[in-house]
Amino acid sequence: MVTKQTPSQTVGPYFAYGLTAQQYHYPNGQIADGTLADDKMPGRVRIIGRVLDGDGQPIPDAMVEIWQADSDGRYGWAGARGFGRQGTGTDAESRFIFDTVKPGSIGGGQAPHLTVILFMRGLLTHLYTRIYFSDDAEANRADPVLAAVPADRRHSLVARREETANGIVYHFDIHMQGEGETVFFDF
Amino acid sequence: MTLRTASGRDWASHPPLNYPPYRSTALRAPTKPLIPIARSLSETTGPIYGDESVGPLDNDLTRNGRRNGEPLGERIIVTGRVVDELGRPIRHSLVEVWQANAAGRYVHKVDQHDAPLDPNFLGGGRCVTDEDGIYRFYTIKPGAYPWGNHPNAWRPNHIHFSLLGPSIASRLVTQMYFPGDPLLTLDPIYLGVPAEARERLVSTFSIDVTEPGFALGYVFDIVLRGGRETPFER
Repeated sequence: MVTKQTPSQTVGPYFAYGLTAQQYHYPNGQIADGTLADDKMPGRVRIIGRVLDGDGQPIPDAMVEIWQADSDGRYGWAGARGFGRQGTGTDAESRFIFDTVKPGSIGGGQAPHLTVILFMRGLLTHLYTRIYFSDDAEANRADPVLAAVPADRRHSLVARREETANGIVYHFDIHMQGEGETVFFDF
Repeated sequence: MTLRTASGRDWASHPPLNYPPYRSTALRAPTKPLIPIARSLSETTGPIYGDESVGPLDNDLTRNGRRNGEPLGERIIVTGRVVDELGRPIRHSLVEVWQANAAGRYVHKVDQHDAPLDPNFLGGGRCVTDEDGIYRFYTIKPGAYPWGNHPNAWRPNHIHFSLLGPSIASRLVTQMYFPGDPLLTLDPIYLGVPAEARERLVSTFSIDVTEPGFALGYVFDIVLRGGRETPFER
């Protein structure tokens, strides 16, 4: 028996108490948040970004999920499981913030990366993109997924590394439209 | 040989990214085409949240928000089977739901609709599918509510669903509607779905699911992408 896929619908403006309740200070629980690695985890890094609309305005009601391998390139690690979820509505600058470890390469010639799933009001079907890392320039040049992306758009997938007093921060803004529109994938 | 496009996203089933009648898509839909990539472990794996991730009242929205009494409105049961594209059950997989109360008001702080909050109803819950892929919630039938998309715009009664499924590729966020709702044919979010696929979002009333003297039953089966790639694998 072959059945057809149930259609997608927008996450809408009111997902906060359903999917990210604790982050938004509602009394019910949530399964995942922005902390994939606590401060005891060696090699912890922070990923910070915004989601920008076609006018360049930060979107305060998006939800960003990430899925990643551990620092050895293995999926399904213990503890936080490699899955994170953040709404952009609790930060004054509409940022999402993930504390995690930088993943190792999963093999197949792929450079270290995170998978991003993006939801928001105004998006009827969710989008997928990837976060690569600016300090992996050589590995990025050999990555088969980046190779499928036009050269002048690859930069939209690479997070910029910054060393701060509190550790390493990667900056990754998602541009829905305009110059520097982020690359989104279908697979 | 890489996987063929079978079990990719079926764009004949999903709404387009840019859908002008739903005005919020204008500044939020990408303008460039999605770039197709071969699936690797990054796309065929995903987080597993099983029975340990739900509490005893998580699947009963008529009880999990109580403070001083029962929530107001019509008690309902929502149940269904989650399967892949070959009809095989998606077992032990997380289903999250959220919705407005019986008056059409969300607990969410940005909801400004002038309808009452219910002190005994939160409107959020979750459960895990069983061995047959079946999930089941108790809740209150959500009300319709106005929104600002166009003059006199109203959302039909609906419950939001979020499913993880077995992999990142099977991720789905959708909305369940109720049979016979006159607002469906006026709702640009529902109408964004290709016509042949729309009815898959409308639950069916079931007297068999209905619990005598207690709650009406609605059935909403869900098909997650996946399964069809197997015959095409190398």
